[in-house]
Amino acid sequence: MDAVNIAELSGNIAVVGYGLAAIGPGIGVGLVVSKTIESIARQPELAGRLQVTMWLGIAFTEALALIGLATPFIFV
Amino acid sequence: MLSALSLFKAEDGEFSPPSIFEFYPEIVAFADTPFAINRIMMIRLIVMVLLIVIFWLWTAKFNKAVKTGNVVPGRFQLLGELALNFVRKSIAHDQLGEKDGERFLPLLTTIFFMVFGMNITGVIPFANIAGTSVIGIPLVLAGVAYVTFIYAGTKKHGIRFFKNSLFPSGVPKPFYILVTPIELLSTFILRPVTLALRLLMNMIAGHLLLVLCFSATQFFFFQADGLMSLFGVGTLLFGFAFTLFEILVSVLQAYVFTLLTTVYIQLALADEH
Repeated sequence: MDAVNIAELSGNIAVVGYGLAAIGPGIGVGLVVSKTIESIARQPELAGRLQVTMWLGIAFTEALALIGLATPFIFV
Repeated sequence: MLSALSLFKAEDGEFSPPSIFEFYPEIVAFADTPFAINRIMMIRLIVMVLLIVIFWLWTAKFNKAVKTGNVVPGRFQLLGELALNFVRKSIAHDQLGEKDGERFLPLLTTIFFMVFGMNITGVIPFANIAGTSVIGIPLVLAGVAYVTFIYAGTKKHGIRFFKNSLFPSGVPKPFYILVTPIELLSTFILRPVTLALRLLMNMIAGHLLLVLCFSATQFFFFQADGLMSLFGVGTLLFGFAFTLFEILVSVLQAYVFTLLTTVYIQLALADEH
């Protein structure tokens, strides 16, 4: 008698991998933005410069998540 | 694949999720030659022509305004002044200072408007795919940025540029075993790679999300039966929201690409302490 498979999952394990890859950058971007908001609240006159730095920080952090997105295409 | 969505499969229609083959449309002209043109390439060429025409019109307007002494700009001219001033003041001058900012301004302006123009086609109806969603343009632009910041560094510091960036001062000698490979990797390999990948992957992910939303909407409205078609309203709203988000992303990516190029040039120009 065959075992009845009541909870079959089908799909690609790379999806889980990408989910894991998105955790770190997600936390990172959150930290960058929260600290920027905090700093702007402390010194509103620096808002412009802080925002530029924030975008830079986000761009660097986010690159990790995007590399995670790129890897399945490279290492199939 | 996509088991959650395949639960909603109706008898006749099949839901077709978007795949990476979205980015390999069929060739429309010059097949079997090195100049084969597909939809994406055609969009790029159209954007190029449009950019040239817009800039030509802008410069004509600016020249006329200077000649006639008419300081009140029209709507079209104002848009041009705002956009060009944004790159000039808040990117070039802020990061590089007046002198070096003016030196690299033509390149930065080109990068900004090229990236923006190629990105925005991702949400323009009937184009619907970004010119930057295939590696070609991001790679070329990243290559240009790479060559430029190395040029800026070597022009100012000569061979010391490489010494400064590979062997940063203030580090105890034995630590160079650890620091130098990391600096080599991050400065000369990861910088151009992440520049290209950041732009490309943002555009690919954005396009896939939009296709997913709208093909799901089409499926729910026209192929699913009964109450299931109500899901279509949700996916349609999601698709609309993501369209707005994509407009934001295309401006933001143009800004980030230009800003990073500027920062890399600035780091190359900076004097080592």
